[in-house]
Order: sequence, then C-alpha cells, then structure tokens
Amino acid sequence: MSSLLQRLGWQGALSLTVILIAFGLALVAPWAAPFPDQGAGAPSIASKFLPPSADHFLGTDHLGRDMLSRVIYGARVSLTSGLLIVAFALLVGLPVGVLAGYFGGWLDEGLMRLTDVFLAFPALLLAVLMAAALGPGLLNSIVAVAVTWWPWYARMARAEVLALRGQPYVEAAQLMGVSHPRIILRHVLPAAVRPISVQAALDVGPALLTASALSFLGLGVSPPIADWGQMVDAGRKFFPERWWYSAAPGIAVFVLALAFSILGDALRDRAGGRRDGSA
Amino acid sequence: MGLGRYILRRFVLSAFVVVGVTFLVFIAAQVVPSDPAALYAGPRPSAEQIEKARAELHLDASLPVRFIAFAKAMATGDFGVSYKSRRLISQDLAAFLPATLELAAFSTFLALLIGIPAGALAAAYRGGWPDRMGGLASIGAVAMPAFFLAMLLQFVFAKWLGVLPLSGRMSREISISDPLLPVTGFALIDALLARRFDAFGDAFAHLILPALTLAAYPAGIAMRLTRSAMIEILERRHILAARALGLSRRRILFGHALPNAVGPALTVLGLSFAFALTGSVLVEIIFAWPGLGRYVSEAILSKDFPVIAAATFVVTLCYAAMNLILDLAQALIDPRVALK
Repeated sequence: MSSLLQRLGWQGALSLTVILIAFGLALVAPWAAPFPDQGAGAPSIASKFLPPSADHFLGTDHLGRDMLSRVIYGARVSLTSGLLIVAFALLVGLPVGVLAGYFGGWLDEGLMRLTDVFLAFPALLLAVLMAAALGPGLLNSIVAVAVTWWPWYARMARAEVLALRGQPYVEAAQLMGVSHPRIILRHVLPAAVRPISVQAALDVGPALLTASALSFLGLGVSPPIADWGQMVDAGRKFFPERWWYSAAPGIAVFVLALAFSILGDALRDRAGGRRDGSA
Repeated sequence: MGLGRYILRRFVLSAFVVVGVTFLVFIAAQVVPSDPAALYAGPRPSAEQIEKARAELHLDASLPVRFIAFAKAMATGDFGVSYKSRRLISQDLAAFLPATLELAAFSTFLALLIGIPAGALAAAYRGGWPDRMGGLASIGAVAMPAFFLAMLLQFVFAKWLGVLPLSGRMSREISISDPLLPVTGFALIDALLARRFDAFGDAFAHLILPALTLAAYPAGIAMRLTRSAMIEILERRHILAARALGLSRRRILFGHALPNAVGPALTVLGLSFAFALTGSVLVEIIFAWPGLGRYVSEAILSKDFPVIAAATFVVTLCYAAMNLILDLAQALIDPRVALK
C-alpha cells in the first residue's frame, strides 16, 4: 500500500481517495445521506430553497429536498453511467480492434473505416443524436455515449494487437497449428488487455462528464431520480439567486472528473509516458 | 506514399466518411420510438392525416429506397420541416449557423491565444511556479463541465462584477431599436461593414463569456501540447548551438524554439473547433446564443427529431471538412506526414 502511495504521489493518492469515497457513498447512499427519502426524490415543500446551513449542509432545492442527500444519490447515477459506458464501449471496441489487428487485410481496412465514420462525428453530437433517437432514460443515454466511445478502444486494441502479432511466441503458436480463436484468447488478448484496462478505468471520469452533459440537456434519467447534470439544469431557472442548487451538483461533477484526470496523469507520469494532451 | 497519393486517399476517405455519416443519421432516424408520420401530421391527427403524412414522407417504401431518397434530400439541403415550428429546417440552419461559426471561430482563436503562450511559458520555467500553475489550470480546464463553467462565468462577470452582459448576442437597444442588417450573419463583420462601432463593441462584449467557456478545454490541451513540444525541442542540438553562440534566453525561446513547437497548434485548431461546435449545444442555451446549439437543445426538449438529425449532419460535415483541410495543410507544411 505504501508503495502504491509512493508511486502515485500525494495528488494521485488524494484523487484515488476521492474516487473511492464517491464509490463508497454511492453504494451506501441510503445510510450516508442525511435525508434518504428526499435523496430518493420525496418532496418536502415546507423547507424549499433553504440556503446552506447546519441542518442542510448544501441547502435545499425547489421541492425542499436536501441537496447533500440529492448529490449523494446522484453519485449513483453518475458512477453507474461512467462505468457502464466504458464497459459497453469495451465490449464492442475490444473485439473489433482485436479482429482488425490480428487478421489484417480487408477485414482490418473495413473495420477501421467503420470506426472512422463514428469518429467523424463530434462525440457529444453523435451522443445527442443517438439519445434523441432512443428516447430519454438512463440505459439509453449510456448506450448513446458508448456509441461514441468504442472506436477509441477499437483503435487502441488494434495497435496493441499489431505489436503483439509479430512477437515470437505468437508466431510459434501459429506454427504449432494452434487455432486462431485460441491464439487470440490465450496469447494475444491477455497481453493487450492490461494497457487498455488502465486507460478504461481512467475513462470513467470523462465518460461520466459526457453523460452528465446529456442529462443536462434532458436526455438522461427522468426525475425524481437524482442526477447531477439534470440537477444543474433544474437549478438554472433559479440561478444565480439560489446558486447552491446548481453549484452543488456542478462542483460534484467537476471534483469527480478532476480526480480521475489527476489520477490518470499520476499513473502516466509514473509509467514514464509523456504527458501530452491526447485526451 | 507520395504526397499526391496521400491527398487522393484523404479525399476518398472523406467521401466514404460522408456516406457513412449519412447512413448513420438515417439509421438513427429509423429507431426513433415515436411514429414520424404521427408527429409530422401535427397535434392530435386523424387517421387520414397520418396516412397522408406517411405518403408524403415515403414511409411505405423499402429501406434502401428510403435511404437513397434520404441521401438525395441531405445532399440537396432538403432537410424537411420542423415538427414543431413547421418551418423549413434548411432556412433555420442558414439563419443559425453563422452565429455558431462566429462563436466557434472566436473561441478557437482564444484557445490558441491563451494556450500556446501559456505552454511556452510553462516549458521555459519547467518545474517552476508558472509550470505548476499552468499544469493545475490545464487539468482543471479539462475536467470542468462546460455547462457548469458557463454558469460560473456568468455569476462572476455578469452578476458579481457586472462588467459583461449575462446572455444574448446583442443588447436590446441595438437589436430592437436600431438593428444591424444581416449581410454575412456574423455580427462582428456585419457591424464593421455598416461602420457601426457601437454595435461592434456590443457584439464583442456578448461574445466573450460564451467563447471563453468553449475555449477553456482546448486551451488546456493546447497548453499541454505546446509545453511538451517545447521541452522536446529545447533539448535538441540547434538550441544547444544557439546557447553556445551566446544568444539571449528570450531569443532562443521565442526565436528558435517556439516556431518549431507550434506544429501541434494545428491539431489543437481542429480539436478546438470541434469542441466549440459540440459544446455549443450546452453553452448556447445557457447564454441564450441564437445559434445551432440552442436550436438543437430546444429540439431535444420538443422531440423534434428531423431538426436534431439535420443539425448533426450539417455540423458533422463542417467538422469533416475542417479535418480534411487541416490534414492537407499539415501534409503540405510537413511532407513527412504523408509518408507515414
């Protein structure tokens, strides 16, 4: 554990802590939130628009719900979207990239041109198009963002596999007559998965940022489920007089995305990679 | 690969991408859960009205036939009619596109103006406080949700300091009592053409906050790229030679290192423009900016799918054209690109 801390530096360690706390709070939201029923959506009109105080640490919203509870419940949606977006994107991107890289030739050309088409869209717009086509809802918005995300993994996986394909142990397996599926699953995939999985873990931050943008636009979960992007949008009508309404969820998105970003930089720095802007 | 072949290949790929994008937008239009004919026919339509709409929209034809018709319509700029306003979408797009392009262009300019010098400074004082501050700022800029930054800037500059307008593209005094004649659609250029310097200043003031919001992320990226390019160049031999010759530090940094480090700026140019086009969907609605982004975000709320599809299509074409131009420019400036 201490070696991990040393490797990450204090910024990285702090970011990891923030991320773990966010996951922890999301898991135990009904117990961690001071007003669990309000966090889940029950209104409490008598206490509406209270500014931050000792009772309501982050104030209350237009239905009198405790903002701290709402923000804690919102972490569930945000982290779920972030994780599932990356998972879905891997599920599509990884096979596409591995097949393209391993077999090469026409299959490679075809699959890569397909990813080009998806990458030709500005990402958020494609997500908006998909989410609008599928209709609102958490799963739909997750799928919509994943549609814009998988080509990156396809490209990464292809590059990894291209490098591995020429390795002597892979060639040896081929010469021994091991079948293609077996070579891919046993010899190529395990080696390709490691660098990609690190990237994927760090992509949860940008993914939940994109998902929050969709829900800000009204393409995410429907109320009364707490969702950060949707809360910022709802607070916009009362901004800036009731600034805490938008500020609390907005800062939550920012802090979580920031933590993922700093952790990513810390990992890259330790790995000796260059810190460039290829986000 | 020769330069000529590279350019040809790049054009062919772009053409392929345009067809692919058209197909993807078409597919998206097929999965819309609500019946387009019912939406097209207007509020509470009768069965005959829906039948009529179905015929008008050619919804009974087979999929390939419909795709060809769809592609033809897209190619000729016939995007159909908005379900909600009943206006021609092509007219709306023409009216809203300049505002978005103006915002995108200005924010791209801001991103380079902030990002490149900041990156050069960070590299020059590597490890020092400008580097650390810049590093923090660039990480913050990347993690900041655009919609939240927009509100933050509004709060500080419009409400708290009161130095910049809260939203809109032009003050009421000008847009209502003494409006500009739209010649190009770009408010700044129109104001200059009409020699209306009051309107120019007003339009400029309205442009700053939304452009700054959209510039934050690409400026952070530009800073990182310039910094790492500068650091790499500062270690090269011609810099060592310049130092041995006794050139001043400033001359080495700005005369010899920086010109070689702005190569990545071209990449950022494309990225920044793309980010501004996409971010406009989030930012324009907050700043009440009458552009494509606000058009799309309002269409989302009224489930006006043809508008979303058409706007996505047009913006993606702008984006693809921009990428093509940048790739070609890069290959012409640095022919090694074409050889890869």
